[in-house]
Amino acid sequence: MNLKNEFTKGIVRENPLFRLLLGMCPALAVTTSVNNGLGMGVAVTGVLLASNIVVSSMRKIIPPGVRIPAFIVIIATFVTITDMLMHAFTPALYTSLGIFIPLIVVNCIILGRAESFASRNTLLPSVIDALGMGIGFTLALVVVSAVREVLGAGTFFGLQLLPENIPALIMILPPGGFIALGCLLGLMNKFQKKTA
Amino acid sequence: MQEYVIIIISAVLVNNIVLSQFLGICPFLGVSKKLSASLGMSGAVSFVLIIASFITWVLQTYLLTPLNITYLQTIAFILVIASLVQFVEIVIKKFSPPMYKALGIFLPLITTNCAVLGVAIINIQNEYSLGKVMVHSLSHAAGFTIALLLMSGIRERLEDADIPESMRGTPIALIVAALMSISFLGFSGLT
Repeated sequence: MNLKNEFTKGIVRENPLFRLLLGMCPALAVTTSVNNGLGMGVAVTGVLLASNIVVSSMRKIIPPGVRIPAFIVIIATFVTITDMLMHAFTPALYTSLGIFIPLIVVNCIILGRAESFASRNTLLPSVIDALGMGIGFTLALVVVSAVREVLGAGTFFGLQLLPENIPALIMILPPGGFIALGCLLGLMNKFQKKTA
Repeated sequence: MQEYVIIIISAVLVNNIVLSQFLGICPFLGVSKKLSASLGMSGAVSFVLIIASFITWVLQTYLLTPLNITYLQTIAFILVIASLVQFVEIVIKKFSPPMYKALGIFLPLITTNCAVLGVAIINIQNEYSLGKVMVHSLSHAAGFTIALLLMSGIRERLEDADIPESMRGTPIALIVAALMSISFLGFSGLT
């Protein structure tokens, strides 16, 4: 098994958001600013890493019949820990991400990786896989939120880029999320076809 | 009475669960290709959503809050939803095989539908009474159904449309959703 390959597949070839279309809900909801997108990506990566480690090391103990409920409990535990940590250390981010922090528990990426990768592989590849997928998801969120923040608010990471009257407010309203992600997916498809 | 009307209007139209709160996007994009499938999916989701809201509210009010263990909310709620989905599946299978056949494949997917957990958490955050919880979850279920049915109606027609190759499938579905979301923004003056 090629570890480098496991790492890069999550970033480009099997990017969870752009190629596998997993984790759409947070990708649309929290990407109103790069700051939120990055925060969400890091939170998901953390939970993914922790749950992959635990699932992979317990894969011989968990009976196959109850593996899904067991995975959900493991994931929910780490989501609760993340929730408390963010509440304590990044209160501003905690408020702006709001309900989407507890909802990390139903993010298909995490359960998907636990089921299809960590429960079948040893510890090291699972860690690499979690890191690759997590970084891929974070990058995707940053790209979507950069498009929305620059076009919608004229800022990037809070820095003013465009004059104040230019931005199209619609991009940071709910429809903007759909437009940005739809166009980015279309571009990815076009790009993919050219290289293939 | 007025409060209930406001809850209904805001949940169905203004804060539509799919189009403005972004909950339940996966089934919204995944099973909206056929009208019949989306009917089945919205039926199953509404069913689980309403029962789950009731049970999680009771759990939160009579168990988690008195015992001071509200930090277990996420774990407790997701376990309730997961076992509820399993239970509903068994009950429907036993008592109404035709309905099971219609909903069957969608039921397991509902566990990871963020609409169910999302509404349960919103209920608690807004500190609703039981009556309001029921009205609120019922209207969110209705909102989900409306969005899904509208979407599948549009997508059935999109099949015949001439769309650039790289935009086919999910990208164009997202653009359609954006247009629907824009029209739902028009309702924001209602409350």
